[in-house]
Amino acid sequence: MAKVDILDRAAGEELPDPMEMPALCPGAMAQSNPYLAQPAHNEALGFPGELIEDWHDVAIAKMGELLGKYRSLKVYLDSCVKCGACTDKCQYFLGTGDPKNMPVARQDLLRKVYRRHFTLAGKFFPKLVGAEDLTKEVLDDWYSYFHQCSQCRRCSVYCPYGIDTAEISMAAREIMDSIGIGQKYCNEIIGKVHKIGNNLGLPKPALASTLEDLEEEVYDDTGVKVRFPLDEPGAEILLVTPSADFFAEPHIDGLIGYAKVMHEAGVKWTLSSYASEAANFGMFIGSYEQMRQVAQRIRKAALDLGVKRIVVGECGHAWRVAYSFWNTLAGPWDFLDPNYPVPQHICEFTYDLIQKGKLNFDKSQNDHMTLTFHDSCNVARASRMGDMPGGQFEIPRAVIKAVCNNYVDMAEDTIREATFCCGGGGGLLSDEIIDIRKKGAQPRMRALRQVVEEHGVTHMAAICAICKAQFTKVLPEFDFARDTIVSVHQLVSNAIILTPGPDDDEDEDDDAPDGAPETEDDED
Amino acid sequence: MAYELNGETYAADEEGYLTDLSKWNPELAALIAVDEKIDMTDEHWEVVNFLREYYDEYQIAPAIRVLVKAMKKKFGAEKASNKYLYELFPYGPAKQACKIAGLPKPTGCV
Repeated sequence: MAKVDILDRAAGEELPDPMEMPALCPGAMAQSNPYLAQPAHNEALGFPGELIEDWHDVAIAKMGELLGKYRSLKVYLDSCVKCGACTDKCQYFLGTGDPKNMPVARQDLLRKVYRRHFTLAGKFFPKLVGAEDLTKEVLDDWYSYFHQCSQCRRCSVYCPYGIDTAEISMAAREIMDSIGIGQKYCNEIIGKVHKIGNNLGLPKPALASTLEDLEEEVYDDTGVKVRFPLDEPGAEILLVTPSADFFAEPHIDGLIGYAKVMHEAGVKWTLSSYASEAANFGMFIGSYEQMRQVAQRIRKAALDLGVKRIVVGECGHAWRVAYSFWNTLAGPWDFLDPNYPVPQHICEFTYDLIQKGKLNFDKSQNDHMTLTFHDSCNVARASRMGDMPGGQFEIPRAVIKAVCNNYVDMAEDTIREATFCCGGGGGLLSDEIIDIRKKGAQPRMRALRQVVEEHGVTHMAAICAICKAQFTKVLPEFDFARDTIVSVHQLVSNAIILTPGPDDDEDEDDDAPDGAPETEDDED
Repeated sequence: MAYELNGETYAADEEGYLTDLSKWNPELAALIAVDEKIDMTDEHWEVVNFLREYYDEYQIAPAIRVLVKAMKKKFGAEKASNKYLYELFPYGPAKQACKIAGLPKPTGCV
């Protein structure tokens, strides 16, 4: 267990290397299976409720359909030369030693069936080319091992052919959904988005009440009335953020940070109860149609509210979907203001204001911390920020450095495009597979341990709701405090100096007409 | 899975969350707590009862932040922190306390 390699270390012994090659343990994780979706979860998304009788033929036909639709999938399945560059690049392999968690082996689970049915050699001489039939045992392997891939794309960075295991995992999951093998975590959640508008299942009155509470809290803390507007037509900006930001810690501190930045920017902004979710789990299950439906909610909210800009909160895969796919899924966005990025990341938004000198900070408010930054996989390897290459790495760091005095990066081969997945991405953030989540987190935890011991790092910031929830859960397993993980905009929130407003002294509870403009900002 | 209590069977999902919220009763909560290795004290009940009240009004469990604030108003500052809640419900106040309170599990990136 990962915990042992830290606790059992003798004094003076070297820290474990995050990239250390594990001893091979064939089959170690074969029993790791997330809960199957119940028939109601599958049917709500238009999938068969449970495993259908002619599953084999339907699965092969679906594979054929995907090969026809996605040229990339065929290229990825054809072009692997078994060079081995990817083998030790996956955090799930590094954490488990199970050879089927080597990216090439994971791909081969699908590739061998592809060869059997879609290549001439595989049809006639299957044994010679590693082609195999899709048996129930192979299907079981698919379910297990394609749910030990977080679609983080780390392996693809090192593949000389650029083979993207994430796309292969997505295809496998889509095939499984088409025959009634859905994963509960993802499918139940997508159903909630269709029905209620967010992953959490947070209805509008609960959202409104939570936001009111936050307004009160920020006022109590700072003496400044910072608004958290909901469903306000005519706002300039629609902020779409993961619903975890309305619920979990430290996510909600990030949300408070966004609101404070909006307050200082002096723009009219709003959240939407209809599009109260930035996350889009349609991507995790490889379903274009589900992705489209989820993304369309944001388009509708933007049109209904008449906004001119869309800003996306701290959510890794949401930013991938927004940045890379929104245009096809829910565009054209010609009704939005072209003078701003469409869409814009909250870090870009804040960074832009910092560049223009519109935000004032008291950095000493974060002096009790020494920060490092965990690049979230989908932001790092599947999107960009700003107008320069690598902006997705530099902009969040620039924001942190603008609000904190103490910052140290983790080892170079564990950050930026080489970053690890937190261990819970791609639909793996489910309690019953906590074992693979812990093991997948091990390389990041080791990299964190290095900067903690060598540079006195106390906290790690991230811009992804999944990363934050995953680390909150696994940090204690590696002897770190749960609240070692923080939101980037939580740091912004700590340091930002708020401009008092004219109504700060008004008591909200009674409509006293006497609104003395004099204000007192009692933020310490 | 299911819980057995006084000759009655209460259906639950794979993780032990009740499937029919209306079947919840304090005795059943105590039984679920045993499975969770939690010895229910008055402090545990304060949280469980608040969750149920909140759920009645909003059809969802409260954010941790909201829970902490409500605890502060009702029971004082020493019972109002994340740390206090984690001490009561080590697997996380949201998920574990919801299970005992008979509420559905919060889903998503939480």
